[in-house]
Amino acid sequence: MIDDNMNDRSEGVDLLSKELTLNMGPQHPATHGVLRLVLDLDGETVKKITPYVGYLHRGVEKLAENRNYMQILPLTDRLDYISAMSNNIGYCTAVEKTFGIELTERTEYIRTIVGEMSRIANHLLWLATHALDIGAMTVFLYCFRERESILDLFEKLCGARLTTTYTRIGGLKNDASPEWLEQVYKFTDDFPSRVEQYETLIDQNRIWLRRTKGIGYISPEDAINWGLTGPVLRGSGVNYDVRKTQPYGVYDKVKWEVQTAQNGDIYDRYRVRMEEFRQSNSIIRQCIEQIPEGPIISDAHKYVLPPKDRVLNDMESLIHHFVLITKGPLTAPKGEIYVATEVPKGELGFHIVSDGEGRPYRMRVRSPSFVHVSALPKICQGELVADVIANIGSIDIVLGECDR
Amino acid sequence: MSLTGIIATLPETLVIFLKTFIAVNILMLHIAYVVYFERKVIGHMQARLGPMRVGWHGLLQPIADGVKLFFKEDIIPSSADKPIFYIAPVIGVVAAISSLAVIPMWDGFSIADLNIGLLYILALSSIGSYAIILSGWASTSKYAFIGSLRSAAQVISYEIAMGMSLVGIMLLAGSASLSDIVTAQQGGVFNWFIFKQPLAFFVFVMAAIAETNRAPFDLPEAETEIVAGYFTEYSGIRFGLFFMAEYAGMFIMSAMAAVCFLGGWSGPIPGVPGIVWFLFKVYGFIFFYFWIRATLPRYRYDQLMSLGWKLFIPLALANIVITGLVKIL
Repeated sequence: MIDDNMNDRSEGVDLLSKELTLNMGPQHPATHGVLRLVLDLDGETVKKITPYVGYLHRGVEKLAENRNYMQILPLTDRLDYISAMSNNIGYCTAVEKTFGIELTERTEYIRTIVGEMSRIANHLLWLATHALDIGAMTVFLYCFRERESILDLFEKLCGARLTTTYTRIGGLKNDASPEWLEQVYKFTDDFPSRVEQYETLIDQNRIWLRRTKGIGYISPEDAINWGLTGPVLRGSGVNYDVRKTQPYGVYDKVKWEVQTAQNGDIYDRYRVRMEEFRQSNSIIRQCIEQIPEGPIISDAHKYVLPPKDRVLNDMESLIHHFVLITKGPLTAPKGEIYVATEVPKGELGFHIVSDGEGRPYRMRVRSPSFVHVSALPKICQGELVADVIANIGSIDIVLGECDR
Repeated sequence: MSLTGIIATLPETLVIFLKTFIAVNILMLHIAYVVYFERKVIGHMQARLGPMRVGWHGLLQPIADGVKLFFKEDIIPSSADKPIFYIAPVIGVVAAISSLAVIPMWDGFSIADLNIGLLYILALSSIGSYAIILSGWASTSKYAFIGSLRSAAQVISYEIAMGMSLVGIMLLAGSASLSDIVTAQQGGVFNWFIFKQPLAFFVFVMAAIAETNRAPFDLPEAETEIVAGYFTEYSGIRFGLFFMAEYAGMFIMSAMAAVCFLGGWSGPIPGVPGIVWFLFKVYGFIFFYFWIRATLPRYRYDQLMSLGWKLFIPLALANIVITGLVKIL
């Protein structure tokens, strides 16, 4: 490009009239993975921005067609690897709806707890990287400190920190011990004061306000038309949350509010997520206070793996186990279903087409990150290079989920 | 025979040589260990430990870093403008280290007590910006190019503000020699120019941060936007030279703040050697640099420019007018 400019000079063409095409990514410190953007710049102003996705494509949807329903579960961990718990829950909810499995009450409570913990962990990582992109380095490390405690709790619960695979179709891998619940409760005691700590650093900071207020505006109409969901949609003032509109888990049994903001800029999306920290915290606390005793796996053994001790002692359970592991649920109802759950980044939907086999005929993942990346060119139009970075941060994308 | 006595018997060139030797050594040690100091300070501010592995509490880390940089492969982009690419980091380091010549570290110790010391430092810091512009141009990389353009604009705007903030000092001291400026501040803490020129001090501190490309004005090397800015394409010891230039620049700016506003080698307690006060002030100021870096987000390019032209330059101008009026009346 610079060479082109040099040629232009020799031909006497005006130097300043040329636009600069800048390739940003797939390896770049601020594109949150392997997003590639091609920017057409006029000085530092963005004339046009083209996102290229697919650098992390692993063919999750195609893989799902060749695996039985249980084997797909670990693939969902690798969609949005920041909040694997939420993905597990999303997938299992969709499959359970397909099969018509009723969950036990304790399962619902534990799922809600881990789902909200994963929301906190996700928003912590988002805040950390978003603040780092805008130059506030310390927030990054403070957030990682708390995220570490959540990952430790996940490890204690199911043995894995990041790719948890904790839920099972019809239940959970293992029960949560009372000590574990106590530790989570203790975490929620401290956490609100930590959120205040982050806010002291950036919430009223003049530089932060100047970098985020009025930048990256999305009107409510545009947000709906572009299919944005989650905190990005709520930041534009649209009151929509799958947890309220189509409640799953125990979201209808605990007290919480959908957080919205009015201006639709980066600052408002930041505020929405900061308030969601507090809401999630309070949901976890209420769940732990209300959680009943009981089994953590459903009894529908045509679809749900029976417990191991019964497999070893009971002929019928052994047969169920054998069939489910080797062929998948053979009595799956035919038809198709779209089930959405509210993951930290927005609405994660699984569209499953079942032809009665032990594996889905087709599984389509509606991932919020993919939709949000597609809105990026419109949000960034006419803004500066530094704002592009702030915008990427504020729409909170993970490329594993975007490329699938 | 006292130390001053011994020095008086030596030939003048040898004295200058010895002084240069001392000053450059201080600066080199400073560069190595201020990086360690920064990593430790920011580490503890961010609830972590900083370097801990190499030596006791990581004390040998700077040496390990230096050795690593020396032995790394020196990669030069094939399309680079090679002579300029080679010389750019050298210009940066030379400009930064030469500034040291006029800094009075204690009473009577400066390598050359120029009567235009202030102007000399301002001139050399302008030459330092050539290193940035040339390296960005010679790399033929778009990121480096944008970084160097940003830097050129930033340095020009903030140099004006900084130069103007120092005019008040020159008016009060009646001289542009740094030794004279310190002498004019003798006789108690309240004679320091920070109390007579608070506005100039504020503008100077902000401009100094921008001049050395430190947070929150580190746009030329904003790593999340344009990777590493002007030195994106540099590796090995050439990268190390840019690093040295930046930290030497911080030392010079902190020394300027100490000399021009905080009374240089003079201190409130008599009997303490001047160099102790001087280094105490310099490192206090450098600590302030680190503190800001750990706390604040980064400005956007246009906001930085409007801050410089619409706030700092008018403030500095107003300061000159007020100081001039007070001086006449």
